[in-house]
Amino acid sequence: MLAAILYVGAVSLLVIGLAGMLLSSHLFRMLLGLVIAEAGANLLLVLAGYRWESAAPIWESGAYPQLMVDPVPQAMVLTAIVIGVGIQALAIALLVRIRQQTGSLQRDIVREQLEQDLDLELGVKLPSSMHAPSGEGPLLSGTRGAGNEQ
Amino acid sequence: MDGSLFMILAALLLVVVMLTAALAALLSESHLVAVVSLSILSLGLTLLFVLLRAPDVAMTEGVVGVGLSSLIFALALKRLRLYRSSTPAESCDE
Repeated sequence: MLAAILYVGAVSLLVIGLAGMLLSSHLFRMLLGLVIAEAGANLLLVLAGYRWESAAPIWESGAYPQLMVDPVPQAMVLTAIVIGVGIQALAIALLVRIRQQTGSLQRDIVREQLEQDLDLELGVKLPSSMHAPSGEGPLLSGTRGAGNEQ
Repeated sequence: MDGSLFMILAALLLVVVMLTAALAALLSESHLVAVVSLSILSLGLTLLFVLLRAPDVAMTEGVVGVGLSSLIFALALKRLRLYRSSTPAESCDE
């Protein structure tokens, strides 16, 4: 019963985090999804080393616990938590740079801006996507401009 | 002791709080509410680590996850100017 509740909680945290990373359209929300998935993975690792009706793996002088929780996944999770905060800080630094370069954090706008910059760098003719056909398109004229300028 | 009713009820309560906080972090309109609910998720994870006989991991998660990570996210909200935008769709307009 207890194991079922905890495993369901950990796996659904992982799934919620992955879905948030894949489905959200804002880059900050994608980072939050990464943090949620990380929490689910940590919980799953600690659960993998957990043994029922056992003590914490702390060796006091003289008293040696008969049945202990496995301490190896706990050490790994301890490392993973610290590394996770480093990843968050790096991602936020990248978000600040993206915000400075493109002026937005919406995923579509950032991607469009990146493609425009890449086209300018390579010398490709600019309105070459299916959203904004070159020339006077009979169907799509006026529905959408050629990207959004700064 | 392990399979007792208290343990099951506490785990159930913590799991429900954590899942609600995760959904609120992804679905809420305000970014500030998202960061606060992420901090609540970290707090629930800390209590669950205590319940799972991992006190060292609980200490680290409490200091790093609840404290440092929330601080980093709060500073990022200030730097990215996201704390006053009402909806995620509107935050790109400025």
